[in-house]
Amino acid sequence: MVCLAHAAEPQKPTPLKSGIEFASEDVRKLQGDDFANPGMLWVARGVKLWSEAAGKSGKSCAACHGDAAKSMKGVAARYPRVDPGAARLVNLEGRINLCRERNQQAPPFKHESDELLALTAYVAYQSRGVPVGVVLDTQNRRNFERGRARYNTRVGQMNLACAHCHDRNWGRQLLNETISQGHGNAYPTYRLEWQTTGSLQRRIRACYFGLRAEMPPYGAQELLELELYVAWRGNGLPIETPGVRR
Amino acid sequence: MVALVQMPRQAKRGEVIEVRIVIQHPMETGFRFDLLGRAIPKNVINNLSVRYNGSEVFLAEMGSGIAANPYLQFFTVAEASGDFVFEWIDDAGQRGAERAAITITG
Repeated sequence: MVCLAHAAEPQKPTPLKSGIEFASEDVRKLQGDDFANPGMLWVARGVKLWSEAAGKSGKSCAACHGDAAKSMKGVAARYPRVDPGAARLVNLEGRINLCRERNQQAPPFKHESDELLALTAYVAYQSRGVPVGVVLDTQNRRNFERGRARYNTRVGQMNLACAHCHDRNWGRQLLNETISQGHGNAYPTYRLEWQTTGSLQRRIRACYFGLRAEMPPYGAQELLELELYVAWRGNGLPIETPGVRR
Repeated sequence: MVALVQMPRQAKRGEVIEVRIVIQHPMETGFRFDLLGRAIPKNVINNLSVRYNGSEVFLAEMGSGIAANPYLQFFTVAEASGDFVFEWIDDAGQRGAERAAITITG
């Protein structure tokens, strides 16, 4: 067995291809049309939530951050990152919830709740077209290495690692599906299979399910670290949120 | 319930205009079960009506075969300046409404 975890340097797929390039014509049209794209419903909800006061502070997101189109442009491209206050790795959803707790003094949104997805989609939507640019530094280096190791570790009854599909076999058919490179640049994404919008963690958990592996719970450190590695290997891809996938 | 409406703001008298609406709704079929095996009750938007200056120009009666977040599109003739009123109701009795104005030029 080839031990992928000790490969010399982490590899990025070349050329980089967003998941939409593997999607059918119909799905591409749906994502390309801002009205027909069902993910825009979550963005529309996010517009409302952005200026709604919440928590004991009575402040809305807009009270501090102002116009999201200006203040949030490019923000989503930098996540997941280590939050200096909390001193831990957070993704965009986690950062929004931290802001709620710290500044709005409001209870955090539940994972995969419509509200959290709506705000996340709205914030990420401001970065549409901005290339993903996760920076590796001393703070997130260990998280990155763990994410990379996890990416290359075989799991589940299927005994496959992420790399087996998304590094070695992207572009090939798996039953009816073309295997993508496994990037997160369109999340939160409207998935036709779910008939709703979901986070990257939900998508990764779906992969675990397919591998018949134990699914880490939402917000688990290992999922965050995997998200970081996945974001890094997609560095340079434009953000597409809200994406549409099958 | 969030809904998005798209139609021209202005049109000429007699012009055929395209009206599009998409509504956020799970459209539960009634055939699904939750994680504990209990049936999830059917809940779909069963009626959507569009009135243009008070008269009905479009009516949709939907069932369990319609996907979540239904997206409907129809054509009508612009006759007078005024409002399009979209109203819908689901099986749980929840109502939603949207409004869009159109101005006739020339």
